[in-house]
Amino acid sequence: MIRDITIGQYYPAPSVIHKLDPRVKLVGTVAFIIMIFCINNLAGYVAATVALACLIRLSKVPLKYILKGLKAIFIILIFTAALNLFLTPGTPVVQWKFIRITQEGILMALKMAVRLIYLIIGSSIMTLTTTPNHLTDGLEKGLGPLKKIHVPVHEIAMIMAIALRFIPILMEETDKIMKAQQARCADFESGNVLQRAKSLVPVLVPLFISSFRRANDLAMAMEARCYHGGEGRTKMKPLKYYRRDYIAYAIILIYIVVLILLNIFFGPVQDMLFAAIGLTI
Amino acid sequence: MLMSIRLENINYIYSPDSAFKKQALKNVSLEIKDGEFIGLIGHTGSGKSTLIQHLNGLIKATSGHIYYNDQDIYDDKFNLRGLRALVGLVFQYPEHQLFEVTVFKDVCFGPKNLGLSQEECEARAREALEMVGLKEKHWQKSPFELSGGQKRRAAIAGVLAMHPEVLILDEPTAGLDPKGRNDILDQVAKLHKESGMTVILVSHSMEDVARYVDRLIVMNRGSVFAQGTPAEVFRHYVELERIGLAAPQVTYVMHRLAQEGYSVDKDATTVQDAVKEILAALNDGGKGVGDR
Amino acid sequence: MGIVKAAHLIYDYITRDDETGVETASRAIDDVDLDIAAGDFIAILGHNGSGKSTLAKHMNALLLPTGGGIWIKNMDTRDESSIWDIRQTAGMVFQNPDNQIIGSIVEEDVGFGPENMGVPTDEIWKRVNDSLSAVGMTEYREHSPNKLSGGQKQRVAIAGVMAMHPECIVLDEPTAMLDPNGRKEVLKTVRRLNKTSGVTVILITHYMDEVIHADKVFVMDDGKIVMEGTPREIFSQVEKLKELRLDVPQVTELAYELKLKGVPLPDGILTIDEFVQALKQVKMPKGADPVSGAPGKNGNLAHTQKKDGDAYVDQT
Repeated sequence: MIRDITIGQYYPAPSVIHKLDPRVKLVGTVAFIIMIFCINNLAGYVAATVALACLIRLSKVPLKYILKGLKAIFIILIFTAALNLFLTPGTPVVQWKFIRITQEGILMALKMAVRLIYLIIGSSIMTLTTTPNHLTDGLEKGLGPLKKIHVPVHEIAMIMAIALRFIPILMEETDKIMKAQQARCADFESGNVLQRAKSLVPVLVPLFISSFRRANDLAMAMEARCYHGGEGRTKMKPLKYYRRDYIAYAIILIYIVVLILLNIFFGPVQDMLFAAIGLTI
Repeated sequence: MLMSIRLENINYIYSPDSAFKKQALKNVSLEIKDGEFIGLIGHTGSGKSTLIQHLNGLIKATSGHIYYNDQDIYDDKFNLRGLRALVGLVFQYPEHQLFEVTVFKDVCFGPKNLGLSQEECEARAREALEMVGLKEKHWQKSPFELSGGQKRRAAIAGVLAMHPEVLILDEPTAGLDPKGRNDILDQVAKLHKESGMTVILVSHSMEDVARYVDRLIVMNRGSVFAQGTPAEVFRHYVELERIGLAAPQVTYVMHRLAQEGYSVDKDATTVQDAVKEILAALNDGGKGVGDR
Repeated sequence: MGIVKAAHLIYDYITRDDETGVETASRAIDDVDLDIAAGDFIAILGHNGSGKSTLAKHMNALLLPTGGGIWIKNMDTRDESSIWDIRQTAGMVFQNPDNQIIGSIVEEDVGFGPENMGVPTDEIWKRVNDSLSAVGMTEYREHSPNKLSGGQKQRVAIAGVMAMHPECIVLDEPTAMLDPNGRKEVLKTVRRLNKTSGVTVILITHYMDEVIHADKVFVMDDGKIVMEGTPREIFSQVEKLKELRLDVPQVTELAYELKLKGVPLPDGILTIDEFVQALKQVKMPKGADPVSGAPGKNGNLAHTQKKDGDAYVDQT
């Protein structure tokens, strides 16, 4: 289960999306996420869905693989949806003892679920199609101007790259440690929250110790390979914009404009329609 | 009733609903009898690790049955968690299980999970630490101060303290130097002899398994490829090589000598046996060559 | 003067007691002299804690001597200005394959060293291509290192070092965490690199079967070099090796045991072929019947042919 998390794992495939400059993908992802939270009408969601479907198709990453990434946030998803479902005030639909579900709650829960799912899928597409190195290169270069105000851009990028590389390794290790302790009859499943948190100590201690060891080893290995910060470093894959990148920027711009227009023109129309049948969104 | 672990047509498939589905075990049927010393060999990815985790119930088979002393462990009435105490599994790296402040407390972890009293836990910890030959001066040390071999012993003690009837060791010698390897295996052999416990040793070293175990189980691509005494198994070294394994160096020596016309038993798999055979052949001076 | 030279090298580990604040020094390397000729395949043996890894780290200036000195291609490791030249000259491969691969894609990891050295982009690509093909990992160049086997990961690590164009590779127990097939893979790669590109190899290990093809073997114990010589010279001293917590290949042990029982065999037998030849010299079995030997022969034919070369080690 813990190994099923696909966020952050690169999926190699010969697609146009893979070839795009990481800066384009970063900008695109940020734009997509912001727009998802700005949409105020159904047509906007339809547009976002179409855009997402096209992206998945173009990326050549199997849909199943992308959906697997959702498993990891399933609990958060349910939790957020439930919170919205039960706690949004408005016109009640169901009322049973202290439980009250409102029309607004249902809509809100749906909306939050869709937004969260799209957010995860959107960012998964970026991480699935961009090697972490490429991604951090994009960040490093994109944030380059910040170096002037003494932001350690290169170091931040390196830390991210290493973190991304070691997440799957540490996941696997956690799995192994849990099994080793379960073999000694450790119980991670029963008891209250406090007991459960305490039962994780036998997992966390070996995990921390091993992580420190890894960090130590890695620092030494990097030094041995002449790593001495960003200064004087060349790039194996320097970032360069191609025609396809400019086209992609144009498409992103068009997407933003379309959604804004939909918000402006379709939003009020929809509100009026819904108001007519007694719904608010 | 004879105690045993019996596997019937065990299949195990990793993530069956995804694109990454992989059959790790295929129709495995086996019987492990009480008191046996078993060697489990096979190259990486042959299903050894998956198999041993079935034996203590950490992994549940996709299909098939496992009987522990004739009781189906997948039966609703069977206490699957209790099985983990009966079939003790020591994983490859002790670093994955040692976590307490002292070695002694760490060994108490297993018994404590069984709900035993403090005195009982401590008594068992003492007994287990003595069984693995870890000197008392190390008991109050942090497990992280120990040497590789001592960590290994502490980890084994941590499982023995649960009083298992079967002990499974996953490559207990990985990363140790030659002396450390021999010491651990000698200790395990002693344990087997003195307590009569069933021991399953997972190993990559053919020399080691030849020297210690009664019976070998060879895994390949998720199936049992062969089983028998070391002599029986290593006789088929050509087939073993085909699946990425080999026989002990001695086996090759004996086969070469037999080819050269020496009257030696090709089934010798340890240096001791080989010495005996070669001496006999040399003293015989050629009488009875080829009769064996 | 050799590529790696040490004179009276001493290294003390300082451990500080947290409670009392007392510092105690323990000597990890004790007066070591070394002179390693360029192009050689050197093996350094020793049990865990004998100081062999500490010595290896001195060759890459990851640790600096407490006393004495060590020179890589005449560069003193204590001279801070030549530290990057030293690390470029003597590349290093470590024990745990996971903890030395930095890149998330095989080829990017191989390019990491040259990137740090400021090699121009085109040249990096050339070096990456060459190194990957030298270790036989070209077809995995776009894979994630996490999906590779242990042996493959170590080969990637070796390629990462080769891409820095070193004159010497120091391998610190590169096979300790691998299975027999992974060990074979790595060893074959290292031996090939030594032969074809003439790179000096310093292999640190405690697997005895890995050193039988070395040009020279050093054995360490308690921070000192206690034995040195050709593999044959080293393996002639079975008793001494066992005292040092080490072992010998099974066939060497077999010859040694037979010798103890009075069979006049020479010392330091390293391979099965040598053993069989030596035993034949001792006493030809009279009346050996080629026909009765035949069934065994047929069964083993493929195997014997394969073994006729030099490398029994490739099969263990």
